[in-house]
Amino acid sequence: MSEVIWGLATSHVPSIGAAMDRGMTADPVWAPLFEGYGPAREWLADNKPDVAILIYNDHANGIDLDIVPTFAIGTADRYEVADEGFGRRPVPDVIGSPELSFHLLQNLMDDGFDLTVFQELDVDHGFTVPLSVWTPDPGDKWPCPVVPLLVNVIQYPQPTAARCYALGKALGRAIASFEGARTVGILGTGGMSHQLAGARAGFINPEFDAMFLDAIENDPEKLAALTREDFIREAGSEGIELIMWLVMRGAMNAEVRKVHSVYHVPASNTAAGLALFDNQPA
Amino acid sequence: MTSRISPDLPGTYVFDGPTSRRGLRMNKLFMSLRSEAARADFLADEPGYCARFGLTDDQTEAVLGRDWQAMLDLGGSIFYIYKLAMMDGLSMQYLGGVFTGMSEADFKAAMLAGGRTDV
Ligand SMILES: [Fe+2]
Repeated sequence: MSEVIWGLATSHVPSIGAAMDRGMTADPVWAPLFEGYGPAREWLADNKPDVAILIYNDHANGIDLDIVPTFAIGTADRYEVADEGFGRRPVPDVIGSPELSFHLLQNLMDDGFDLTVFQELDVDHGFTVPLSVWTPDPGDKWPCPVVPLLVNVIQYPQPTAARCYALGKALGRAIASFEGARTVGILGTGGMSHQLAGARAGFINPEFDAMFLDAIENDPEKLAALTREDFIREAGSEGIELIMWLVMRGAMNAEVRKVHSVYHVPASNTAAGLALFDNQPA
Repeated sequence: MTSRISPDLPGTYVFDGPTSRRGLRMNKLFMSLRSEAARADFLADEPGYCARFGLTDDQTEAVLGRDWQAMLDLGGSIFYIYKLAMMDGLSMQYLGGVFTGMSEADFKAAMLAGGRTDV
């Protein structure tokens, strides 16, 4: 029996990783965000899980557009950090947990979620930036093995928010029956509001983001009812990434306790958010 | 026919199936530019490289002319187009400026001021 002990929702934009890799976290532009991360990082350092599951999307680095899996899982024992064009980030490769991957694959399949399987996968900023948000100085390895769960958020039609939330619930059930670990951390990544292309590029919606940060804790059902069009209109064409937070939230208890949250504009062209939840209500 | 599709979201590209199908060869070219050797090949003979990837004439023209807006209209995904911009030493803020008719400096200033909340 394994138990989800925390859920960490965080942006995964490359510039957050670049700011860390280039020692720019104290620059005035970046300091508010990284200072904001402090309390979450401290709590996470005291609550290290045996294994983690990270929900993310690739950005033209590990997979291309020949095949666009809606939901996929990595089953490798190791995931190399991708070279996105100008050298890989100076962070450790990711150690996987094939046993947990296969357990999740079978249980999710039996529960109606037919995942695509990646036996090999290079992980890009969508994966490594959240790990750096969690653990800024990993040394030669990350705190624990991590299993990648991928969601297509780039090519329309993306899965619905409701389906992502349901996948999270099934994931929670699958984790509960896993014998190989005791404690599990879940990371939901991407967001918050942003749009990269078109005349509306640079769009940020702080009201929507504030609503989302509150509801992801207290009323995820409300977020699960949003349509794709709602996300694209209210959060921007790339802000639809926020559906991945719902996978994380679905795997947690109905009631959770917020440990810490942060909201900051901008992280390059995006609104950056972080929300850390203890899976035990107060 | 551009890649602007309903529902009624002016100024917003929705990278849907037909768009992705139209842009597939060009997006594959962009993705190839992750490797140093490919970038050298591309820079040595850009038209030849475009031909090798099977781009249409319009797409080739957009790539050679660095017409970022046309790349979007011809099926480019912003995440893939960005690989070419990075090779040219251009940032996502530069592209944001191009798409919105602003200079890179003005676009950056708009983001620093809290982003474009009124669009
Ligand atoms: Fe992303």
